Amino acid sequence: MALALEGSLALARTIALCRPQVVAAYPITPQTHIVEGIAKLVADGQLNCEMVSVESEHSAASVALGAAVAGSRAYTASASQGILLMAEVLFDIAGLRVPLVMTCANRALSGPLNIWNDQQDSMAVRDAGWIQLYCATNQEAIDTTVQAFRIAERCELPVMVCVDGFTLTHTLEPLELPSADEVDGFLPAYVFRHGLNPSDPRSLGTLVAPEHFSEVRHAHHQALLRSMTEIEQADADWAAVVGRHCGGLLEVRGDPDARLGILTLGSVLGTLEDAMDMNPDLPRARFIKLRSFRPFPTEALREACAGLDVLIVLERAISPGGGGIVGPEVQMALANLENPPRVHNFAAGLGGRDLSLDLYERLVTTVTQAASSQPFSIIDVDTTLLPEADR
Amino acid sequence: MLEIRIHGRGGQGNVVAAYLLAAAAIDGGRYAQAFPSFGAERRGAPVAAFVRIDAQPIRRRCQVREPAFLIVQDPALMAVPGTLSGLQPQGTILVDGAVASTNDSGDNEVITMPATQLAMEHIGRPVPNTALLAAFITLTQLMPLSALLDALAERFKGPVLENNQRLVEAAAATVEAGRWQEVAHGAGA
Repeated sequence: MALALEGSLALARTIALCRPQVVAAYPITPQTHIVEGIAKLVADGQLNCEMVSVESEHSAASVALGAAVAGSRAYTASASQGILLMAEVLFDIAGLRVPLVMTCANRALSGPLNIWNDQQDSMAVRDAGWIQLYCATNQEAIDTTVQAFRIAERCELPVMVCVDGFTLTHTLEPLELPSADEVDGFLPAYVFRHGLNPSDPRSLGTLVAPEHFSEVRHAHHQALLRSMTEIEQADADWAAVVGRHCGGLLEVRGDPDARLGILTLGSVLGTLEDAMDMNPDLPRARFIKLRSFRPFPTEALREACAGLDVLIVLERAISPGGGGIVGPEVQMALANLENPPRVHNFAAGLGGRDLSLDLYERLVTTVTQAASSQPFSIIDVDTTLLPEADR
Repeated sequence: MLEIRIHGRGGQGNVVAAYLLAAAAIDGGRYAQAFPSFGAERRGAPVAAFVRIDAQPIRRRCQVREPAFLIVQDPALMAVPGTLSGLQPQGTILVDGAVASTNDSGDNEVITMPATQLAMEHIGRPVPNTALLAAFITLTQLMPLSALLDALAERFKGPVLENNQRLVEAAAATVEAGRWQEVAHGAGA
């Protein structure tokens, strides 16, 4: 039965069902309610887990790393500046191939200070070597979180579950929580083959000299690429348990025969789907919900984009001085298709700017009027507010 | 789809009001969604929260721009730009105020009820949200009042819950049951 739950609270209860043995986190908007929820479950005796209140996100990630290496299923959560402060440790966790799960309650980065939703924070650690899965709904966030533990532990890679701050974390809606039996049947007890064990002493994270470092990086890259199979398998297996799919690596929705595609990450998809159905006079679109950004599913993306004339890549972050972050990767993946679609790359909804229903019409009319791909741009910029030189 | 926007100030329980209303709708078998539009979170700052209720699953996650109903927790906010923005032509406004009144002279009917005053009497705190919700549900008949009582019972217990229950009954009695039922039906609830 669906329960009326705030996204964050639903996630806290889901994480408890995954039976983490150590949770270390430092509160930051909009992640706070998740950690508060877990802390309360621990305090109320509903979750048997060591909840470590640390003094910073750097420590949160470090404690989670140590716990996972010492043989505990570990979890942390953060957002925005917290992700940046733990960045050093995030690279360590991934480079040491430590399986743990974190939720990123996606939020803009300073400066200037902004507490609202975009995806600049997780994009900033794109190259940390974590699996990154983006959730379009709170239900997907619940189901992806359960899957994330299995993916992490089978692949020996950390998984970041990216959940749009406020838009998902602070929205109350009807949500299905799995039962304890369903999660227990899906997630075997935590085992880390390369963990630290006094009866079989070894070191982790020691100096690796030039003659081996490239091999370490190569192995890590290969492990990420291999994890695609596990991401798809976890989604299929979990669907067999609860009857709900999250889309594997990516999911094609909307009109599969449309010649116009729109690729999104995260929670904007539902608004675009509603807007398309409300505007029957506008061209219809094939939506591509990119769930796995790392690993980047090149082959699946090429299949999903076959037959498209135009593809809009709508993203929630930018690389200043470059342009889009996801857009160029998509363009490169499609470049040697026989007839690659024209790719238009936009950023929207930065720092919590509302992504309204008219976004669909503006996107579709802009690109159908354009004869060629346009340079990357941010939607909705009021240039009259800017000095002449910045317009 | 019925869309409601709640305006108030930080600390008045705007998000809680939105959550209670959506939870009551969900417990009654409908689909609903509630979420805040936070400014910087601080007491006294104008804030808004949104509620959608529908018979179908709700996919959109944009802010509510053209609500059928406004619930305004502080009468001073009626004069703040943006509060009345986008209200539908037949839309109505429920607002907290010292003296109960019904004003149907303008385009949108405004019902004022002493929510803060009732809250002071029954729960001893100047938090108008529960009283306004009780009046809103009575006016629209969106759900039985018991649905709100059930949603409150999920959040509170003991004397706090009992006082809230008395507050709900007192607040419901200040307005005309079903007066906004047609507006609610017209908006697709």
